[in-house]
Amino acid sequence: MADVAIPRAKPQMSEASAWTQLKYNRNWLGFWFMVPAMAFLIFFLAYPLGLGIWLSFTDTRIGRVGHFIATENYEWLWDDSIFWLSVFNTLLYTFVASAFKFAIGLYLALLLNEHMPFKAMLRAMVLIPFIVPTVLSALAFWWIFDSQFSIISWSLKHLGLINQNINFLGDTTWARICVIFANVWRGVPFVAITLLAGLQTVSPSLYEAATLDGATRWQNFRYITYPLLTPIIAVVMTFSVLFTFTDFQLIWAMTRGGPVNATHLMATLSYQRAIIAGQLGEGAAISSAMIPFLLAAIMVSWFGLQRRKWQQGESND
Amino acid sequence: MSSVQIRDVRKSFGNFEVLHGVTIPIEDGQFVVLVGPSGCGKSTLLRMLAGLENITSGTISIGDRVVNNVQPKERDIAMVFQNYALYPHMTVAENMGFSLKLRNASSDEINKRVKRAAEILALSPLLDRYPRQLSGGQRQRVAMGRAIVRDPQVFLFDEPLSNLDAKLRVAMRTEIKELHQRLKTTTVYVTHDQIEAMTMADKIVVMHDGIVEQMGTPLELYDKPDNQFVAGFIGSPAMNFLKGHVRVNGVATFEGPNGVKLPLKTAPAGSDGRPAVYGVRPEHFTIADDGAEAEIIVVEPTGSETQVFAKVGGEQVVAVFRERHQFNPGDKVRLKPDPSLVHLFDDATGKRMNA
Repeated sequence: MADVAIPRAKPQMSEASAWTQLKYNRNWLGFWFMVPAMAFLIFFLAYPLGLGIWLSFTDTRIGRVGHFIATENYEWLWDDSIFWLSVFNTLLYTFVASAFKFAIGLYLALLLNEHMPFKAMLRAMVLIPFIVPTVLSALAFWWIFDSQFSIISWSLKHLGLINQNINFLGDTTWARICVIFANVWRGVPFVAITLLAGLQTVSPSLYEAATLDGATRWQNFRYITYPLLTPIIAVVMTFSVLFTFTDFQLIWAMTRGGPVNATHLMATLSYQRAIIAGQLGEGAAISSAMIPFLLAAIMVSWFGLQRRKWQQGESND
Repeated sequence: MSSVQIRDVRKSFGNFEVLHGVTIPIEDGQFVVLVGPSGCGKSTLLRMLAGLENITSGTISIGDRVVNNVQPKERDIAMVFQNYALYPHMTVAENMGFSLKLRNASSDEINKRVKRAAEILALSPLLDRYPRQLSGGQRQRVAMGRAIVRDPQVFLFDEPLSNLDAKLRVAMRTEIKELHQRLKTTTVYVTHDQIEAMTMADKIVVMHDGIVEQMGTPLELYDKPDNQFVAGFIGSPAMNFLKGHVRVNGVATFEGPNGVKLPLKTAPAGSDGRPAVYGVRPEHFTIADDGAEAEIIVVEPTGSETQVFAKVGGEQVVAVFRERHQFNPGDKVRLKPDPSLVHLFDDATGKRMNA
């Protein structure tokens, strides 16, 4: 074929104005779609957090504008044995309750994943503690653990197992056990239902294959269920730890931190100092002191949540 | 390696019986394919053989041992699942070695056997990969590797190729057959694809609605189907069936729909006037002057052969020709079935009538 020179018209390059370019810029449009969410996060999360941290560096009280006092609040807290007791209580409360929630939640999830009659109804029933408002269930527990009218004491007395009422919420050890029990009761459904959802994503044929490979029930759990569930365990336990660490309602309704501060958590102590006693600065410092712990928990989950190699759908290199 | 005996096995789910007494003898080293449409009970039977389903009645024995009450892991069988059921959190090597690990084999032993299986299946470069990182065919091979490593008495395959694309399916078919020829392990293979059954099996078991319709070598089933179901199931394109009556006036003929006369070699004694179904495979038609009149509807050339859809006596039939005829839709031709290759089935029972 002979080369033929085709005369071409020069394309008309119209210079689009900056505004027209911006109008069709997808990133610019995207930015505006993001604005509502951003505003929401800034006003309701970032601003209060920033304000809290700022307050912790001032001597603000209710009704009085504070002055910047640098780290004086923290220095006070450093020497405050009640603060350290609340830190200890919070850690104890978080770890013991989370451990129980995990163990019981996993057990329930495994149980509910089996074929059994009334499966749907049982699954729904597990959720009951979760849907009862926290304060209501806390009040119920308050009655259950009442020093005079406790149904537990009453039952045990009638069974002849004890002679006098147990002072559930008046004894430091008992009080800690009681609030942890109430927290576990309330937190188990979340863990159980989430883990159950995870269990249901495991293909039944994997268990069949493992059974044919010679796995016992325990080995099925150990080598198939547990490893496949770890990503979900990491998520659910992170949330569980965060919720437990920052718990306030249960404690406040049941013990108000007593007896002798044995159940004071950092959140309740902060409330007591800031709102009830009016020392906003000091309360804010206690709240801010929770940040490093929460960050640590998030870091743990961050690494726990890292996609495992087997989850990655890499191409065939 | 072992023989397998399935004797009068029944299976019910609640009051619903899905297998109505199935008896299948399987010889040592045989490649047996259970084939049938979905819902015929073939997969259930395989799962019962594996021990994943209980046996309602009857016996299954592997070797000399009745395994009805033997745990799956004690049965010494290995199964390849339709979705492969590879453990996603284990590498290829770990997947293949898992059964040995559970039996507390030494890591040297596991390595040795995994390596050997990987060599057989050309998986050696992939041993450190995770299932996610493999293609469909590679996953399929890992699933087989997992079975080979065990060196079991019996291999069970549950529709192992149905998740692969058409081309890969053909390639894997050959690979599985080659593997069987090499290892000579008794194999029970379930599929709904009659081509897989025909190409791979030493013995085909055609199942339908929970019973065995016919058992035999692929060519026995093709040449002499016991009944209309098997005749229609085996072979592609499927056999043509024409309803009508047997006529014996000196010579046996078949009177098809709208009085079409079709040739018969012989007719069974006393069959004159009996309603019957005339079966002829598409590849057994020829163009001949004494054939039945047919009107061409559609012509589909595939290169190696030509499929022709035509109307005979108002019924649609399909014929396949290796030679290249020039046909156009609407053409009138005369199609003649080869009388020595036609099949005659009882209209009521579907049973084969001619020898």
